Amino acid sequence: MNPELGQVALILALLLSGLQCVLPIVGAWRGSRPLMATARSLAIGQFVFVALAFGILMWSFWIDDFSVAYVAQNSNLALPWFYKLSAVWGAHEGSLLLWMLILNGWTLALVVFGGKLPEAFFSRVIGVLGFVAFGFLLYMITTSNPFLRQFPISANGADLNPVLQDPGLVFHPPTLYMGYVGFSVAFAFAIASLLGGELKSTWVRWARPWTNVAWGFLTLGIVAGSAWAYYELGWGGWWFWDPVENASFMPWLIGAALIHAQAITDKRDGLRAWTLLLSIFGFAFSLLGTFLVRSGLLTSVHAFAFAPARGVFILVYLAVVVGGSLLLYALRAPKVTGGKSFALASRETLMVIGNLMLTVACAMVLLGTLYPLVGEALDIGRISVGPPYFGPLFLILMAPLVLALPFGPLSRWGKADLKVWRNALIRIVALAVAAGIIGFILGARGWYQLLGITAAVWVVAGVLLFAIKRWREAPRGKRYPFEMLGMMMAHFGIGVFIAGAILTTSMSVEQDVSMKPGASVDVGGYGFHFNGVTETQGPNYRAQQGTVMITRNGKPVVTLHPQKRTYVGGQVQTEAAISAGVFRDLYVSLGDAIGDGAWSLRVYDKPFVRWIWGGGVLMMLGGFAVILDKRFRLKRAVEPEAVRAQPEPETPRKWAEGEA
Amino acid sequence: MNEVARKPIARFVPLIVFAALIAFFVVGLAWNQTHDARFVPSPLIDKPAPAFRLPRLNDPTQFVTRADMLGKPYLLNVFASWCFACGDEHPTLMAYRDKFGIPLIGYDYKDAPQDARAWLQRHGDPYHEVITDQSGETAINFGVYGAPETYLIDAKGVIRYKHIGPLTPDVIAKELEPKIRALEQAGT
Amino acid sequence: MKRLLIIMIMALALALSAAAFAIDPLPFRDTAQRDRFQHLTRELRCMVCQDESLLSSNADFAKQLRRQIFDMMQQGKSDNEIKDWLVARYSTFILYDPPLAPSTIALWFGTPAILLAGGIVVVVLLRRRTRPAGMIAEDPGDDW
Repeated sequence: MNPELGQVALILALLLSGLQCVLPIVGAWRGSRPLMATARSLAIGQFVFVALAFGILMWSFWIDDFSVAYVAQNSNLALPWFYKLSAVWGAHEGSLLLWMLILNGWTLALVVFGGKLPEAFFSRVIGVLGFVAFGFLLYMITTSNPFLRQFPISANGADLNPVLQDPGLVFHPPTLYMGYVGFSVAFAFAIASLLGGELKSTWVRWARPWTNVAWGFLTLGIVAGSAWAYYELGWGGWWFWDPVENASFMPWLIGAALIHAQAITDKRDGLRAWTLLLSIFGFAFSLLGTFLVRSGLLTSVHAFAFAPARGVFILVYLAVVVGGSLLLYALRAPKVTGGKSFALASRETLMVIGNLMLTVACAMVLLGTLYPLVGEALDIGRISVGPPYFGPLFLILMAPLVLALPFGPLSRWGKADLKVWRNALIRIVALAVAAGIIGFILGARGWYQLLGITAAVWVVAGVLLFAIKRWREAPRGKRYPFEMLGMMMAHFGIGVFIAGAILTTSMSVEQDVSMKPGASVDVGGYGFHFNGVTETQGPNYRAQQGTVMITRNGKPVVTLHPQKRTYVGGQVQTEAAISAGVFRDLYVSLGDAIGDGAWSLRVYDKPFVRWIWGGGVLMMLGGFAVILDKRFRLKRAVEPEAVRAQPEPETPRKWAEGEA
Repeated sequence: MNEVARKPIARFVPLIVFAALIAFFVVGLAWNQTHDARFVPSPLIDKPAPAFRLPRLNDPTQFVTRADMLGKPYLLNVFASWCFACGDEHPTLMAYRDKFGIPLIGYDYKDAPQDARAWLQRHGDPYHEVITDQSGETAINFGVYGAPETYLIDAKGVIRYKHIGPLTPDVIAKELEPKIRALEQAGT
Repeated sequence: MKRLLIIMIMALALALSAAAFAIDPLPFRDTAQRDRFQHLTRELRCMVCQDESLLSSNADFAKQLRRQIFDMMQQGKSDNEIKDWLVARYSTFILYDPPLAPSTIALWFGTPAILLAGGIVVVVLLRRRTRPAGMIAEDPGDDW
């Protein structure tokens, strides 16, 4: 009877979320402390029931309960236990339950860590999250119930798709959802401020740590997905501009813009309306991504199985949540523009330009992703939009951002010291050109490789120059506050990423070869020696395993064992063998027996490919580091007065709480 | 220093753009209900069928060419013994083979002739004639990318209609038969 | 029924993929020709496994088309000629690089248009909100 308990738990969670989206908000509106106090208990209660439902589903997988249709569709007696557990989120219904669990996790975190927020504001935030949860739970219960039973009970399940039988499934969806769903917190803060008519921008400072963590997790989730695709799919690619990948990249771009806009609003009280709008957009794109993946509208290997009701419901949900927010924004966004003035040459201007490029890049990705649907709907023929569109356009749009990147930190708020800019420019140009020349001497050829080197050094030099300047000029003990450290790490990560992405794309070598046992081929200065194929067995598959020994200058480096697996369900899967290195990966995929004892193999030399993910991880760490800054510690709960518009003086304001 | 309030209309722009996006998705979902996105419309409609010269399944020494087929419209059905969906389509073809009013030619795609013969023997042969394309090279010229696929070719050798996926009575009634009627009336 | 069709085609694709893999040694003349081949086939969509490129797809169809493209390259055909040949048979759907045509004007010019619009907004914003540097007060409190 366990699975039915799961259904009951979800329904109870639904009821609680319904109360959660009403009572605290009414309480805040009416100033009723008892009503506002319900927020915490309702949030905790909802978390308990959703966690219970999730636990029950996981339990059903653990004990191979094939009476539950979802388990039967996605699991198998022979499936290793860790994949049984992660199969919970391997398909549509379970992934929604994971989404819900994570939403509740974030809400719980707010209850635990947000205790010092003003009560009315806090209640509104929890209320908004309750509204988000309510819609999602309703969606799950009505169209995507993971606890449906199927009789007669099959003796064995269908098996998890072999592509998903991989550590990537354990990491990628949960971290990705932490990011996606985490943007709901920034969203809730923004809506709460609109509901409450907040004029002061203190709420932005409160929102910043939450937004940074969400963005950090999203970065990690995307990196995990990219790395997973790289070694799982067998052809050395790490980004395909696939519609579902784009669905995760768009919120990432908005998130990156948002954390910078929040900084401006927090410190200079500027761009208030834009920060509000971006906060809404961030979560809107998360929801949009969720919609696109399950709507059946996109051709993608990632897309979940489609049913019409699911697509329609999420569209309605999207329309209500985002449409409602944008309406609220239109009606109640601060009409008075304010904030400290700034000169044309200033950090604010550079960050505005950065925001512009990130937002336009997001719009470009949206346009390209949706355009094939336009072609279908308007019957103008089937058009495909792929990497040849997204790649060059993204590069062009990011160019101004990369150029400006070193100068942002070097500028002051309000007005930049042009002498500093000029000196920095000279040094950075010199370093970038020198790096290009050194690269050329070391063997880099082609404008694209040189671009990669110079752009990466441009960014990294900027970070280093800033670090040195800061070291010289700031007093001891206050040299690198965490916020600044985070910024430096993240920007440094961008440089590393640029190097990795451009160099791997332009320098990779890929070769299909046919080899008899004993033959060898030379790729990228390494010798690949093929030693034949043997049969092996895994827990739920049989495999043909090749042995390839790699040598450099005659000395053995590593032995790789690429496999071709046939799973219990009949699916065939290539498992590439990779020798990972800091500066290059060597990669071998096994093909077919061609006859005469010969086999086809694909051999790759992929320089700097790990830098792509290394850069991403640095960006994530930077995002996480920022929140440790003492700026974000709330000293005590304060009620901000809902004061009507008053002229704001030019002198620096001391915020009531948390002034460093 | 405060600025004068911006024109409120600008605040509504994001909402309006978003509403347009939602409307677009509604159209998209509706389209999805009636179309299968995997089936790509053929660029060869109303263009001459490619020239071909393929052996007959039952007598590989004899060949059928496009020129041989001129003068009368006919249906070309791409199938193979390894194709699951062709098995699905098969009863429909058996039922309709004489109801079409025009010859039904089987196009055995990337199949060993003995496998095709065995398959037809086992399930029945709805075709008036079967030609084989073992290598699949000619099929590329037709824009074939899977089986089953069905072409309606008119008396002048021009492709008038292509259906991807199994033929169903529904598709035949709604799409194929009207096209055949139209050809008969036009006298082509 | 439509669901069934999708499953059937998927099964077809799987049946085909078991037979051959994307790994396909071809006798390239030199590295340049190999690079050209890889670049070209990466930009073409496999019609059977529609979310994969011709270079990476395991489908038998993809293998056949790769051979065809290789032959055409050996015959001296240019990339554009090869693409035209494929589009005549499989429509523009096979190209990952959307051609510049009346149907794709919004696609190719949409982004510059958005950039322009955004740029205008930013310029207007900056003109309204910025002050000459001399008028900005020194703000030592806001160090970072």
